[in-house]
Amino acid sequence: MATESLKYLNPDTETEIKTKVFPRPGQHASGIVSWLTTIDHKKIGIMYGVSALFFLIIGGLEALLIRSQLWNHNMDVLSNREYNQMFTMHGTTMVFLVIMPLSAAFFNFIMPLQIGARDVAFPRMNTLSLWCFIAGGITLNLSWFFTGGSPAIGWFGYAPLTDTRFAEVIGDMGPDFWIFSLQILGLASLLASFNFITTIINMRAPGMTMMRMPVFTWMTLIVSFLIILAFPAITIALVELMFDRTYGTNFFDFLEGGKPHLWQHLFWIFGHPEVYILILPAMGIVSEIIPVFSRKPLFGYGLIIFSGAIIGFMGFAVWSHHMFTTGMGIVATSAFSILTMLIAIPTGIKIFNWIGTMWEGRIRFETPMLFALGFITMFMVGGFTGIMHSSVPIDAQHQDSYFVVAHFHYVLIGGALFGLYAGFYYWIPKISGKMLNEKLGKLVFTLMFIGFNLTFFPMHYLGMIGQPRRTHSYNEGHGFETWNQIATIGAFILGVGIVVGIYQFVTAAYNKKLKPAGKNPWDARTLEWTLSSPVKEYNFSRTPIIKARDQAWENNYGPKENHSEKEPLDDHGVHMPDKSWYPLLTGLGLLGLVLGMLFHQSVDVNTGEIVRNYIPAIIGGSVAILGIILWSIEGPGGYHLFPKEEEE
Amino acid sequence: MSEAAAHAIDHHEPETSTGIPNKKVLMWAFLGSDCMFFGTLISTHLIYRKISATVGGNYLDIRDIFDIELTSFSTFILLASSLFMALAVSAIHKGNLNSTRWMLFGTIVFGAIFLACQVYEFTHFVHAPGNELTLSSYRGEPHVFGSTFYVLTGTHGTHVAIGVFWLIGWLAYSFTGKMSVAHAIDVEICGLYWHFVDVVWILIFPVVYLMEYAF
Repeated sequence: MATESLKYLNPDTETEIKTKVFPRPGQHASGIVSWLTTIDHKKIGIMYGVSALFFLIIGGLEALLIRSQLWNHNMDVLSNREYNQMFTMHGTTMVFLVIMPLSAAFFNFIMPLQIGARDVAFPRMNTLSLWCFIAGGITLNLSWFFTGGSPAIGWFGYAPLTDTRFAEVIGDMGPDFWIFSLQILGLASLLASFNFITTIINMRAPGMTMMRMPVFTWMTLIVSFLIILAFPAITIALVELMFDRTYGTNFFDFLEGGKPHLWQHLFWIFGHPEVYILILPAMGIVSEIIPVFSRKPLFGYGLIIFSGAIIGFMGFAVWSHHMFTTGMGIVATSAFSILTMLIAIPTGIKIFNWIGTMWEGRIRFETPMLFALGFITMFMVGGFTGIMHSSVPIDAQHQDSYFVVAHFHYVLIGGALFGLYAGFYYWIPKISGKMLNEKLGKLVFTLMFIGFNLTFFPMHYLGMIGQPRRTHSYNEGHGFETWNQIATIGAFILGVGIVVGIYQFVTAAYNKKLKPAGKNPWDARTLEWTLSSPVKEYNFSRTPIIKARDQAWENNYGPKENHSEKEPLDDHGVHMPDKSWYPLLTGLGLLGLVLGMLFHQSVDVNTGEIVRNYIPAIIGGSVAILGIILWSIEGPGGYHLFPKEEEE
Repeated sequence: MSEAAAHAIDHHEPETSTGIPNKKVLMWAFLGSDCMFFGTLISTHLIYRKISATVGGNYLDIRDIFDIELTSFSTFILLASSLFMALAVSAIHKGNLNSTRWMLFGTIVFGAIFLACQVYEFTHFVHAPGNELTLSSYRGEPHVFGSTFYVLTGTHGTHVAIGVFWLIGWLAYSFTGKMSVAHAIDVEICGLYWHFVDVVWILIFPVVYLMEYAF
């Protein structure tokens, strides 16, 4: 650790001003304060991961309730409205509060280490995006406790389900909670993405050219671009919907000239790139793991990156394949059908590259590799059914049936979640400093693999024989019971596997029985494995000078000229930015703004007129603005650390 | 100690891989994203602009209420403000604080005039005698034009207002005695934002206003 430190001398003497307003936590702040005010990308990554795993449990319980309801014909576990709420909340939670933040957790923790950076470009903004994410998660789940309960509109919120006049419960606030939580979650994703883009473009260590960057970092960059280009569409669509619900505009109100069809377009212009936002990080993780456990360099590095970029680009041109049955006309339908078939090509290239990497390799079947292999196989199944759906007549048959449910769960669990679990098993030794229990890991994989296939493979068949999705029950005599019961059993097995995995991850740092990991337990290739586990707060004591693509591997096995070097130690040590309260203050202000907007309408009991009270929203907004102003006045601040050379 | 302070200045603008300051990359990424925000709004407007709720019965000729002279004037004012902004950026790069102040002030005044015109325009449209255009109706009948028009131009106005407050922040900061050429990058990204908001108006003006007189 630091042998000496001194207060960073700020030429603007802003230090004094801010200490009077709000004391800035010092370098040695510990306990809860150090977590609330942290600007360290590693702590932010851990908080992202832990919160997302918590939401994974909530979303999983919702899924299990859905599966219990479908155990047999005409079950009464959930009423039809509760069932609609469950699948809405399950979808929204899993997409926005689980898969995206889990990816963000790895982006935060791993990406700066892989490019040899000491932090992201804007550390305090990074903290703000974390608090926005948590505020969004709170807002969405608060909906359970207010008029109408949670939204019952599907994660897609199709008009006119969101129209206030068609609400099942008068004054239903569910869709409002949904709108505002998605807005603030969108803000979190946008802030994080601007940060990652700037970091990857601008903060690479000397010698870390773009084509030497690890694939995971490349996928972070591509996903960040997808987020900043796709989220505006949903943000504006949600603004329009908010205006419809609150101020009576007619954007999606078909009774007064609006077009519900437009909502579908705007939603899927965001929604389809979103699919790639969910899957590309997992592809990046798998591209890191497979070479390490096959003891071979990644086969076709350039092609993998290029196909990732192509997938991202084409992802913006296929959204209408979610809408083949809405009657867009032959030309539009055919064009989107062809583009959807084409996007299978870059995806297939990646699969062949991973197989090529394993070919003739010395494969070690440890848990990360098992999950990576699970990813490839299960993602392929989801990919094949995806290609089936690109054909318009087949899509028309499958539309709204369980076949579609099977398809996207193969992509999102078998794909994204297996990839993220592979990432946990691969990087937890780096994050916690401990090796996870290999036997327990293999058990988790077995449970998840079996449970997952038991749950979702029968759904292909159920969809083909006609079970509709988003329908809370089915009658006797269709022959749906057997396969639904198998699916429900599978879902519980999958749930047990997931929970045991979560237990392993969150207890890793405290479990005394686990062995210490050391710097490079997997004999891996990328830069984060040259650092100690867990990583020191300053990451690199001296900035590395990169000489090759698989730098950690080259340092151990490569020729002398490929070994990385270190920048000379300069006399003022490692500059660390100060912790700050203001991201948290701004985040709380935004939460106040959102809640103020949610509750600003009330009905006057005597006159029956709508009364609007904007004062809470204005207070919340003012707190957020105050936070930003104080934040810009306090400046980055900072202090210096003088780590010894071997301490990194 | 003064040597340490000199090192400290370097930390404000650490060397980056591309040589472009981080803040500038951030702003360009944001502007790329903002293009999509306005793209979505403008497409919504274009899709809806000819749609009338009660077909045939309530055809809206928006020219009855548009005041194209006023809007042309405010367009000119907004575009002119970009000149002040560019001069402010140039002045701060040369370290000319006095000139920077005046140019920021000019940008703020012109931005404020534009906003005032928009407030006047909105009020005028909502209360136009016999031709009231509200968020949800035209002449008291349901209509979509008001929805897309107010939300699109209102979002642009919000952008201008944020820009004006941002510039006021820098103008105020210039009087604290701490502003120097080191802040050139901050004024520059502010300028990027301001020019972008102007460019968006260059698109909105023909698409929302002029096109009503052509097609």
